[in-house]
Amino acid sequence: MDLKRRVIGKGVLAAAVALAFAGAAHADDVIRIGVLATLEGPFAAGGQDGIRGAELALKQKNGMAGGHKIEFVKGSSNATPDKAVGATRKLVEQDKVQIMIGPLSGDEGIAVKNYSKSQPGVTFINGSSGAQATTLVDPSANFFRFHTEGAQWMVGLGEHALAKGYKKMYLIAEDYGFPYSQVQGFMASYCAKGGHIVGKSWVPLGTKDYSSVVSKIPGDIDAVLVVLGGADAVNFLTQYEQAGGDKPMVGGTITVDQTVLNYKGKRRESLVGTPSAGPMADSLDTPEWKKFVSDYKANFKDGFPSPSLFAFLYYISTKAALEGLDAVKGDLSDGQKKYRAALQKLVVKGPAGDIRIDENRNGVGTTYITEVVKNADGSLASKVIKSVPNVSQTLGLSKAEFQKMGLGSRDVPNCP
Amino acid sequence: MSAAHWRRAMNAGAAAVANPVAHVAGATPAGHPVSGGWGIRRRIAAIRPRHLIGLAALLLYPWIATPFFTFQIGGQSLALGLIALSLTFLAGSGGMVSLAQMTVAGIAAYVVAIFGFSAADHISLGWPWWLAASMAVVIATIAATFIGWLSVRTEGIYTIMITLAIGVAFQYLCVQNYSLFNGFQGFQKVEAPVAFGVNWHDATPFYYLALFCALGGYWLVQYVLRAPFGLALQGVRDNPRRMNSLGFDVVAHRVAAYTLAGFLAAVGGVLLVWYDGLVTPGTVGTGALIKILIIAVLGGMRHPLGAFIGAVIYVLLQNFAIDLLGNDYRERFNTVIGGVFLVIVLFSPDGMLGWWVQLRTRFAARRGPGAETRRLPQQQGR
Amino acid sequence: MNPTFRRWLLRAVIAIPVAVFVVWACADDAKLFLRTLLNGVTLASLYFVVASGFTLVFGLMRNVNLAHGSLFLLGAYIGWVVGDVTGSWLVAVVAGFLVSALAGLLLQVAVFRHMPGQDLRQTMFTIGLSIVIADLLLWGFGGEIYQFDPPGIIFGRTPMPFIKAYPTYRLVMLATAIVIGVLLWWFLNRTRVGMMIRAGVDDRAMLAAAGTNVQMVFAITFAIGAGLAGFGGVVGGTALSIAPGEDTRYLLASLEVVIVGGMGSIPGAALGALLIGLAEQFGLAYAPTYGVVFTFVIMVLVLAFRPQGLMGKRG
Repeated sequence: MDLKRRVIGKGVLAAAVALAFAGAAHADDVIRIGVLATLEGPFAAGGQDGIRGAELALKQKNGMAGGHKIEFVKGSSNATPDKAVGATRKLVEQDKVQIMIGPLSGDEGIAVKNYSKSQPGVTFINGSSGAQATTLVDPSANFFRFHTEGAQWMVGLGEHALAKGYKKMYLIAEDYGFPYSQVQGFMASYCAKGGHIVGKSWVPLGTKDYSSVVSKIPGDIDAVLVVLGGADAVNFLTQYEQAGGDKPMVGGTITVDQTVLNYKGKRRESLVGTPSAGPMADSLDTPEWKKFVSDYKANFKDGFPSPSLFAFLYYISTKAALEGLDAVKGDLSDGQKKYRAALQKLVVKGPAGDIRIDENRNGVGTTYITEVVKNADGSLASKVIKSVPNVSQTLGLSKAEFQKMGLGSRDVPNCP
Repeated sequence: MSAAHWRRAMNAGAAAVANPVAHVAGATPAGHPVSGGWGIRRRIAAIRPRHLIGLAALLLYPWIATPFFTFQIGGQSLALGLIALSLTFLAGSGGMVSLAQMTVAGIAAYVVAIFGFSAADHISLGWPWWLAASMAVVIATIAATFIGWLSVRTEGIYTIMITLAIGVAFQYLCVQNYSLFNGFQGFQKVEAPVAFGVNWHDATPFYYLALFCALGGYWLVQYVLRAPFGLALQGVRDNPRRMNSLGFDVVAHRVAAYTLAGFLAAVGGVLLVWYDGLVTPGTVGTGALIKILIIAVLGGMRHPLGAFIGAVIYVLLQNFAIDLLGNDYRERFNTVIGGVFLVIVLFSPDGMLGWWVQLRTRFAARRGPGAETRRLPQQQGR
Repeated sequence: MNPTFRRWLLRAVIAIPVAVFVVWACADDAKLFLRTLLNGVTLASLYFVVASGFTLVFGLMRNVNLAHGSLFLLGAYIGWVVGDVTGSWLVAVVAGFLVSALAGLLLQVAVFRHMPGQDLRQTMFTIGLSIVIADLLLWGFGGEIYQFDPPGIIFGRTPMPFIKAYPTYRLVMLATAIVIGVLLWWFLNRTRVGMMIRAGVDDRAMLAAAGTNVQMVFAITFAIGAGLAGFGGVVGGTALSIAPGEDTRYLLASLEVVIVGGMGSIPGAALGALLIGLAEQFGLAYAPTYGVVFTFVIMVLVLAFRPQGLMGKRG
């Protein structure tokens, strides 16, 4: 018995030593970048497309940045913070990546930000996670987010809904952090300008059968605000339509993104005309966006008809990481001080407008108000109605006003 | 099939799982007086060179390994192994397979966060670490006793199910409740304390802390298995009716086993929250509950050591399966984890330990009859 | 306390709060109450279809097939592909059933036959299998969301008294579940194989001793049970949708249903499905915050006080 322990212990030690050397044995002129995305479970589609975005950014630069060859080391989480930190720690401490890109979802982002404080020698660039608190509360000096977050993505949609005449709305959203942020971004201006959210249905995560939520939607409203993502959004839309729901919808950023617009089924028609908002739009009419889409299509035959939000966010995050390397010619010495200074000054010319970062290292950029349209080939896309430039993390409010409102939650903001 | 059939069928499974322990129970009275326990001298005499070598290897490990291997592989394996040990004890010597051991550990982790420090300072009470940690162990052990009290009414597969149900219910409670459990985001920055001038979140101190707890848990289980309570528990596992007519309180023994297992899991939970630095509903999700079962089965439930072997294998797989595959198949690591698990379940009913015993038997047989007779009783006995 | 009194007391403890709730809910918003009731019943019918296969397999073989959810997902994906190629939803339903039935048959012949009576090992094996299948399906079908296109005639709305209209498909689902329930009853009670299965549930050894080819009966049962999972995959994928992660969800739902109802009992599965479906929908409509915990609390209570399930046999 005890011999077993010894032998197995030895085996483990030998494996450990071997792997430790394997981890350390890489050429000096290669810069290793860790890419963490959710490749398991319900968010897997988004994670896969996020990886495509990161790969595209590297491919466009022929795998080089700052005169060095760039090597990606991929990691996967299952959208839980524990696994995200575990996978990040492995990439940083075992695979010795010098720059980390990821993770995908909100609470993972907060956890990785906290972890980043214990690794001051590594620079962390957020993948696509959109929690407000990551950079607003207790920010970390080596954690950067080169895109806007969940609440910023909805700025301007409130006014647009009011302009469409939606004075009374009912809210249906998933019961966790990201939708809280999204709803806050919508309601901050919607409530201030006289709109009313007459009721809120916070649906527990994992709910698939929305029929009873649909039953609760009152008859005397102008529109429904739906902040669900992925399979949940599709389930809700189908059931709402089946139950005879005829109120117009207003969608959150991931309610009508590519994963939802392209779901395999024919009943997507009811989505046409749904307004929504986000940091990008499929039918953006700029040369930068068109190049991005055509590059994406050329490189990934198995991808979506048009890059998803996750592909876009990972793309822009990776692009920022690589352009920062260009700016310092690959010099990551001195605890990456120069690199971080370069990142702080960087203005990324992204496919959907310029992105710079604020003093908390959070992105300031453009939010696009879109509506779903049908393409000639039958596929759905979002068409830009207007754009709101320079959206900051305080949602256009002053710092004091924003702090008075507090971070979004089940009850904040409120205007019944 | 009747409940009696059920119990028999299940016991057949449990007995197969925990055979050697039964052998211990059978063999001990012949070798050592049961009730008197072991004297110190006898215990020192029982220490063999291989014990010392094993211990030395474990103690030297952080000096050879990188911090990553010390912390993420070593420390995590010991913490998870301790939680799995609680299941090995329950299943091996009590015949009760509980999926709620991770829930107990999670309760301890949540209590550490609620009473101690975390990023959610509107909930966390900020008590000193030793008070929060001991509260955690006490509350989680009480919770484990309650779970046991509910679960001992069921048998076999039903025990797996009720404990799974309790676990999932607790997870949903954590997701939905913001006033106490802080909802979906849970508690972040629940850091290991800085005490006695040592930052226990550093790789080497944490490893030694986890090693100390794991060795303690290992010793406790070994001790209990030889103590009257452990022997009675194994009797209850093998034939509850007979034990009942002998005057043993079957239910009380089973609930007490849950309490003891709960204590082990609670200590493991405190280690785990200090290791992760956070606790969220994901920590106690269905995947995590099954993870503990996988660990216990991978290592084998024949011996307390199996839990730790299983944990090492699982943690290594979880971290490195993604590297074993070519670049195009990196995303398929779950297939590897599941595949390794399948192979072990299919070809070695008793996990890695079972494999080891098979191998040894084969080699012993080759060495001749003398070697066999010399070795066989020992390997079965231990 | 005398037992009759105790039984009535227990019934009163359950019935009075339920009655009070029903009266209050009807007075508050009768339409919402009726809709929620229908939603619960129709969701229950979906759960019944999936869980009846699970309970059938368990009833005969004592085999807790934790890969049941994977069979559900497998049937659904293959069914979708077949439906896409042939353009017929009905063909997709049949394909879903057949594919899962075949996979189940394979499982029984290749694996379970070789580990009889080893409950824990079977449980472990199916856990490992479900991890691998889920990953391979994710590989093959990606993380996208799939939904079926049923014939227009069953996809509209049906006019109903009080609540104006109700989705036709959900009513179809209810009818399907009833038909399946009746078919299963007929199969188990009126056919030779069915009688063998029932005999096997009661006493396996006796059945073998009577000269029946037990392995054959096992294989048939497993195929039907697995087929029902695949069938449920297509039917459920039409009502809701198919995506990675659905396997675990339906597995958990099936477990709840058969545990509450009693393992191995078809009427039990119906009762369990009804309870779980209603608890889920009423929870969602009236207590969304903690509603999700309800179903699990029901399950824990049933197991704690009636471990064999509501309709399970006590030995």
